[in-house]
Amino acid sequence: MRLATCRRLTLTALLVLPLLPAPSRAEEPQRIVSIGGSVTEIVYALGEEDRLVARDTTSTYPPEVAALPDIGYIRQLSPEGVLSVNPTLVLTEEGAGPPEAVELLKEASIEFVEIPEGYDRAAVLTKIRRVSEVLGVPEKGEQLASDVAAALDDAGRIVGEESSGTPPRRVLFVLSMQGGRVMAGGANTAADGIIRLAGGVNAVAGFDGYKPLSDEAIIEAAPDVILMMARGGDLAVSDEALFSHPAIASTPAGETRAVLRIDGMKLLGFGPRTAEAATELAHALAGG
Amino acid sequence: MVAIHPEGHLVGDRRGLARRTSWVLAALLLVAAYASLAVGASGVSLPAALADLLAGREIDARARIILLDIRLPRLLTGMMVGASLAVAGAVLQGLFRNPLADPGLVGVSAGAGLGAISAIVLGGLLPGGLAGLLGSALMPVLAFAGSWLSVSLLYVIATRGGHTSVATMLLGGIALAAMTAAFSGLLIYMADDQQLRDLTFWSLGSLAGASWSKTLAAAPLMLAALLTAPALSRGLNALALGEAAAHHLGIPVQRLKTGAIVVVAAAVGAATAISGGIGFVGIVVPHLLRLATGPDHRALLVNSGVLGASLLLLADVVSRSIVAPSELPIGIVTAVIGGPFFLWILLRRRGSLEI
Repeated sequence: MRLATCRRLTLTALLVLPLLPAPSRAEEPQRIVSIGGSVTEIVYALGEEDRLVARDTTSTYPPEVAALPDIGYIRQLSPEGVLSVNPTLVLTEEGAGPPEAVELLKEASIEFVEIPEGYDRAAVLTKIRRVSEVLGVPEKGEQLASDVAAALDDAGRIVGEESSGTPPRRVLFVLSMQGGRVMAGGANTAADGIIRLAGGVNAVAGFDGYKPLSDEAIIEAAPDVILMMARGGDLAVSDEALFSHPAIASTPAGETRAVLRIDGMKLLGFGPRTAEAATELAHALAGG
Repeated sequence: MVAIHPEGHLVGDRRGLARRTSWVLAALLLVAAYASLAVGASGVSLPAALADLLAGREIDARARIILLDIRLPRLLTGMMVGASLAVAGAVLQGLFRNPLADPGLVGVSAGAGLGAISAIVLGGLLPGGLAGLLGSALMPVLAFAGSWLSVSLLYVIATRGGHTSVATMLLGGIALAAMTAAFSGLLIYMADDQQLRDLTFWSLGSLAGASWSKTLAAAPLMLAALLTAPALSRGLNALALGEAAAHHLGIPVQRLKTGAIVVVAAAVGAATAISGGIGFVGIVVPHLLRLATGPDHRALLVNSGVLGASLLLLADVVSRSIVAPSELPIGIVTAVIGGPFFLWILLRRRGSLEI
């Protein structure tokens, strides 16, 4: 008797349900682990941070992200660690690993989405759109992408307008200066990408990746501006230390003491703040 | 550690003591194995899962993956790696009659390191088909090939007229390690930032990548080495008197040396290939046991294997729970816990060191 009533009720519910407005976001992942600083920044920029349950070590912006549990370094994920926060979606930058860990997470029927990496305008916009699609908020993503695109265009115009006719300004990205040895950013790096976005030219594009540079190569590169990450502690390089380096001192940048320091994640992350970084760099290039 | 008995330094027959120690160590291994299955970042409970299993209920998918696909292969890998490193250390110390001998001395670690670095830095250069075929197995395979290659080379260098000179092997090992380090340095220069981080993590060791496929691939080698090792114990005991004396005692010295080197290369090569560079176990475990139960290899080799396995499992439990949900590389844990502990034992028992 009671069973029959139950069944009838269920049937009625099944018939009525499709007629009711679908509860919004019922299908979208609600417990997200965000891996990679730029991906996390995009989630925050989209205003979807309430759905984050954990982050990785490289996710440090905005500061409130520090309150989330840290599941470790992107390439050294611990499968059980990730499972312990009960995620429904793992959203990650390119290169998450080790492969065994990723395999296990997929096996545990957790959605695993890798966002492609890249160091140009298109890559930033693609990342934003892709993240917003996965989160089920494509309109917000389109809005953010067009804002960032407009800001990038503005940044690109700064140098063009103020110094038309003169050769493009050369920028040397200095990653570190441990023991007086200059580590510079060559081609195919995030540093190279941001220099292009700002309308400059990488002064040392002859090699890939970040490599130590000999003194002669620095003089040969003849940068007009030195670009660095803003850092504290032991890794901070003061203007005195930088421009007392004999090779750097003899470059155009050394003569005019032109150096720009920008927060590392903002400068090299290729996320929503890339336009801001490009604008700052462009002003430095145009003004110097 | 439970294995240290106050009467351990007394001169005399300590076989009874060694046997009792074996029982204590076996119990320790059981405790460590249970902890390794029961402790982890997620709240999955082993007793609850076992109760479900016994009652014939379905264990939920998440718990099954965590217990069977994450913790269980990790337990087996940890046991085999810990035992391999400790036994290899004990064999090498016996072979070289040198308390400082560890796998680094015969070029195993350096060779494995070069293999791993090559896989990390040059792996991307492989033609697509080959890279796809090897996949994530590339690094363990190259690490293992590297360790075998360098040990074989060293063995050839040190062997003349059917006689392997242990002294040449020691010195040759240092030269070979320097050359390997130079190649590794070259590759490190070529590496990008991400690869450098991978390298750093590899050198600190981890059991985090333990999966069934990796465990099963490396297991036969480590098991074969571990099961063969006890057969070396009489020979190593005789060798403690010197090569000539061992020869006169009827020990086939050359065969003993070859056997010992093959065992070490197989055990350490396979262990390093799947877990990276885990230091300290190979040198400290055999010394602890020598202090406790004496230098007789018959007991030492077996006990080293059991204690090495237990210690590595316990270190792994710490490494995965101390910064959960992240994980601390296990090499840091073994060094932080083991270094001071070993020093304390040394200082306490300075007078009774027997190698």
